[in-house]
Amino acid sequence: MLASPALSDLVLSKVDRRIYLTSHIVRISSTLEVENAGPETVSKVLLAFPDLQAQNLAYLMASPHEAKAKVKVSVVSFPIDVVKPEDMPPGVTFYSVSLPQGLTVGASFTFDVLAVFTHALRPMPEQIGQADIQLVLYQDSAYYLSPYVVKVQSLSLKLLDSRIESYTTLESTKVQGSEIKYGPYENLPAFSSSPITVHFENNLPFAIAQELVREIEISHWGNVLVTEHYKLIHGGAQSKGEFSRKFQGPSAVRYLVAHLPPRAHSVYYRDAIGNISTSHLRGDSKKTELLIEPRYPMFGGWRTAFTIGYGLPLQDCLYESEGRRFLNITFSSPMIELVIDTLIVKVVLPEGSSDISAAAPFFMKQWQETKISHLDIVGRAVVVLEKTNLVPEHNQYFQVYYKFNRLSMLREPLMLISGIFFFFVACIVYMHADTSISKFSASYLAKQQWEEVRVAIQQVHNIICRCLATHDKLEASLRDLSRTGEVQACKAARKSTDGLLKELSKELKPLMTFLQSSPSAVQVLSKVEELVAKERELLEKLMAKHSTAVEAYEKKSGARDIENRIALQQQKITALRQEVDDLLEFIDEI
Amino acid sequence: MATMPASASDLLKSFKLKTKQQELLIRVSILCLVYILAFITRLFSVLRYESMIHEFDPYFNYRTTLYLTENGFYDFWNWFDYESWYPLGRIVGGTLYPGLMVTAVLIYRILRFLRFAVHIREVCVLTAPFFASNTTLVAYFFGKEIWDSGAGLVAAILIAVCPGYISRSVAGSYDNEGVAIFALLFTFYVFVKAVNTGSLAWSLASAFGYFYMVSAWGGYVFIINLIPLYVLVLLITGRYSMRLYVAYNCMYILGMLLAMQIRFVGFQHVQSGEHMAAMGVFFLMQVFYFLDWVKHMLSDTKLFQAFLRITVTSAVAVGGVALGLGMVSGYISPWTGRFYSLLDPTYAKDHIPIIASVSEHQPTAWSSFMFDFHILLFLFPAGLYFCFKRLSDATIFIVMYGLTSMYFAGVMVRLILVATPAVCLISAIAVSATVKNLTVLLRSKNKVVQTGSTKGSGGSKSSSKALLDQSQPFQKNGAIALLFGAFYLLSRYATHCTWVTSEAYSSPSIVLAARGAHGNRVIFDDYREAYFWLRQNTPQDAKVMSWWDYGYQITAMGNRTVIVDNNTWNNTHIATVGRAMSSYEDEAIEIIRSLDVDYVLVVFGGVTGYSSDDINKFLWMVRIGGGVFPVIKEPDYLVNGEYRVDKGAAPKMLNCLMYKLCYYRFGEMMTEYGKPPGYDRARGVEIGNKDVKLEHLEEAFTTSNWIVRIYRVKPPNNRW
Repeated sequence: MLASPALSDLVLSKVDRRIYLTSHIVRISSTLEVENAGPETVSKVLLAFPDLQAQNLAYLMASPHEAKAKVKVSVVSFPIDVVKPEDMPPGVTFYSVSLPQGLTVGASFTFDVLAVFTHALRPMPEQIGQADIQLVLYQDSAYYLSPYVVKVQSLSLKLLDSRIESYTTLESTKVQGSEIKYGPYENLPAFSSSPITVHFENNLPFAIAQELVREIEISHWGNVLVTEHYKLIHGGAQSKGEFSRKFQGPSAVRYLVAHLPPRAHSVYYRDAIGNISTSHLRGDSKKTELLIEPRYPMFGGWRTAFTIGYGLPLQDCLYESEGRRFLNITFSSPMIELVIDTLIVKVVLPEGSSDISAAAPFFMKQWQETKISHLDIVGRAVVVLEKTNLVPEHNQYFQVYYKFNRLSMLREPLMLISGIFFFFVACIVYMHADTSISKFSASYLAKQQWEEVRVAIQQVHNIICRCLATHDKLEASLRDLSRTGEVQACKAARKSTDGLLKELSKELKPLMTFLQSSPSAVQVLSKVEELVAKERELLEKLMAKHSTAVEAYEKKSGARDIENRIALQQQKITALRQEVDDLLEFIDEI
Repeated sequence: MATMPASASDLLKSFKLKTKQQELLIRVSILCLVYILAFITRLFSVLRYESMIHEFDPYFNYRTTLYLTENGFYDFWNWFDYESWYPLGRIVGGTLYPGLMVTAVLIYRILRFLRFAVHIREVCVLTAPFFASNTTLVAYFFGKEIWDSGAGLVAAILIAVCPGYISRSVAGSYDNEGVAIFALLFTFYVFVKAVNTGSLAWSLASAFGYFYMVSAWGGYVFIINLIPLYVLVLLITGRYSMRLYVAYNCMYILGMLLAMQIRFVGFQHVQSGEHMAAMGVFFLMQVFYFLDWVKHMLSDTKLFQAFLRITVTSAVAVGGVALGLGMVSGYISPWTGRFYSLLDPTYAKDHIPIIASVSEHQPTAWSSFMFDFHILLFLFPAGLYFCFKRLSDATIFIVMYGLTSMYFAGVMVRLILVATPAVCLISAIAVSATVKNLTVLLRSKNKVVQTGSTKGSGGSKSSSKALLDQSQPFQKNGAIALLFGAFYLLSRYATHCTWVTSEAYSSPSIVLAARGAHGNRVIFDDYREAYFWLRQNTPQDAKVMSWWDYGYQITAMGNRTVIVDNNTWNNTHIATVGRAMSSYEDEAIEIIRSLDVDYVLVVFGGVTGYSSDDINKFLWMVRIGGGVFPVIKEPDYLVNGEYRVDKGAAPKMLNCLMYKLCYYRFGEMMTEYGKPPGYDRARGVEIGNKDVKLEHLEEAFTTSNWIVRIYRVKPPNNRW
């Protein structure tokens, strides 16, 4: 790998370290000016951390130094790898930074390194009462630990407020308000160190998610559903002694703030036993701010678990490139200042996606699962990503690429439609199917006969209706007669109706014989026969009336005279007609 | 020219449905609407709060359902629950009615099979409304069976919104009654159908209905006593028939055999006093059949009379001796306390305080009848009148069901639920018969007017109507007025039901809601706050002691072991907890340590004015504790027979554990403006002991509105 002479070739001409102890996440921002004093071009610089620190190191980034530039340039980070060079003292972990271009002999280059540590503040005392303030201990070295010679260096620790319990005093130590300064120190050899300890008040809530499972479900109908399951613990000093509602508890986790994407909707906040009603949602065009309170204020060592969920518009997170779609969404939790011990991100792709791959800005475990959700047959492909020890700096965008045919979207609606369709078909089949077991039982046969009788009666009904219609025609011809006086036309009408009625009575005959022979028709037979008889009577009366009217016309009697003659017949006809209608209605309802 | 409109009208006619089809269409659409209505009227609580399980017992049902979904049926059947009744535990499979859980899981599996990825909680929440909807269908068919389809429709509508039923079947009320009322009505309907048709198929169906009922609710005892009673009445009134013989025998034998498959019921059908009536009637039926056969064979009536006398006497004697022997030998268990308290309302008060302490076991107030039944209360007698007017096997059944269940509803508030279907059916008969009579009057009169010109040739029917018409000149107007009156009453009923559902029966009682100072809604979610705290911040094996009311909720939501819970089977254990709560702290700590308790939970409403808290329930703890341990005496806690917590309270009251736990640190608290500190808002007094000191317990958690307070039992001091 790296030859050891190369190490001593480099010299750190200036190191400026700033340690931010303003929350429970420790951020060390260092500016390094590196100079090549050796004979060869060097392209890699080693960063060293003591093992104790390195195991808490969550995030490490090196970027070119912006010389007081207020304008935020998109930070270009250099690749960083863990390396194990030979001939190095034990208990130190090395990271190698690849510079953008090789450092030529004698040249110098300035860059920033940001290292973020979790669990680096130790509560001291470890157990406090509910009303007590929380004191924490931070340990580091006053000198920059480096495999290179450091020419000039300085260190400053920024605390939350000026209440400092104690700190290690070395030469040239200054306290300015909430800031402790060490240095500058000059010309220290490689791997020189001088331990310092700061004991100070930090009442910020130590919210640590021991496990966070984020599930991102894509629906091509226009929604991306994000569900986050948190298992939270207060990682600060353990609470001891009695609880009381009287004391607020300065270090308790009372609320958490999440910055959701701007167009987040359908936000919910619940846990295993139901909805939690203490949350507030504010939104503007830039972000949606969700403030959630756990069910109870969390004191040191207390736990809680909850789930938040929200929907995002599809067009905000899903894009297309080179025939593949990709989801572009933030990797980590939207909560601010939350340390996550284990994060599992599951991206649930729609059923029928293929050619799946994920791209993330940092290394993590990756595998695939399937999940069966609403109306799935084979299940949806799930990309699972797992990473441990995360800080808000990890909340970067990552991508999941996949191929998806738009037609597959129609699959589920079609399934629903066909499901309902088959349900109806089944109903129809059931209604028409003969499900009785014994085909020769008395009740079954009676039922069948009754069915036949009903059909016959229906036919009788139809025929009578048609008869009545011809009656109406006859009446119409009479009216025409009184208007126009054309006797011949009227007679022709009479002839045609005669023919029709004859045919109808012919049709009626077999039906009647069937009904008379059928045993199941006994109760209704009398009614049917009455109907037929009444209809005959009505017809006769009508014919008589017709004949009288026609005769009268032929004799050229006066209109009034005809009226008088018909009137009596007419009365009988209406009465009969009424009865026939009643009977028809009765039979219709059988 | 004339043909055109004729053909058009023909076309119209071919589309026009026949009267019968129209009727069918209307009937089916009314039923569909009622089905939907019955479902959605029960969703108030879901819309207002959330999809959650309500009250106390449903939490146990929910917990067992969860267990069933996760572990399958056989594990569920053999489940020994260590988390309840510490240190006794509970054999869950053998001490519950599994019908509800199995139903919910079945629905859940079906939905899952159809690829609807629902959560079991949603299924549990909506099980009761779903079965309420099904009940309306059964009510329709039942009404159709005993009267006509009109009465069936009215019955379906009445039962869909009847508050007496809604109170136990709102969404989230995941309790046995939710499915049991469906099973009850279904069993009755199918049995009546079997009696009417004499068909084996229907009586088989009723046996299965009975089996489902047995698997779902302890109220099956009502069926197994009502049906024999009904059969007996039919025998006495001389309505014995082969149909009845087939229906009852098949139903009883098969139903009994099936019911024995439920472990909680076991051999009670042949061993317990409550089921003996059914067996007696079964044997009586055989004797009756035998006599019938003999009568058929013997032609001599005199001989038969003699034979009858001998047979009946010997049969009764044998039956009596068998019963007596069974009772004496202990093979047949005597009636249980609950059963006694049904027959004698004052029994529980004197003998079993634990039954009397449950609010739903109190005798029903007249007002709650009005509240739950509204107009049905006076439609019920009217319906009885119609039933007696047209007496048949079916109407006799509904009359008996109505009368007996009304009696039981008067004895216990919760049994209003059982009476509701009967009341709805009988009232539906009243409504349907009245409306039908009125409309017949209206319609016949119209016809008379139409055919008025041909009075002479009119049929005999219409002429008789016309005669009637002449005798009562204002009949038509009267009928119209009465119809409007009926519709007004029914619409009042609908509004009343909706109001009651929304105001009284739709709160989950886990989450409390109150109006704030500015008219906004304030939610007190303290119960879940405390239970979730228990779940997250106590050791996995922590034992929590509380009054039994909260046992199910603590195990279901807090997931912690409890000492006693709502399954009040062990009176001594409950009395021990009652004794601990009503003793002085140093005495109580002995009991608490002997029960291996880690946390003590009390419910306290003094800050919010929540009145159903432990201080108000305290007298019951004293009574139940005192019932087993005579050390605890009720008068020690009363002053002149009065229960008070202020300065005038009894000294034992002011220093007992319950008082201390509720009022710990309360004396320093300002609850209401203008009142001294330590003012108890639930009871409206300033507390008597403001300086509460605890020695062996320490406050572990108190919810934001102080409703639930949890205390940790301190380890014993080191001795040196």
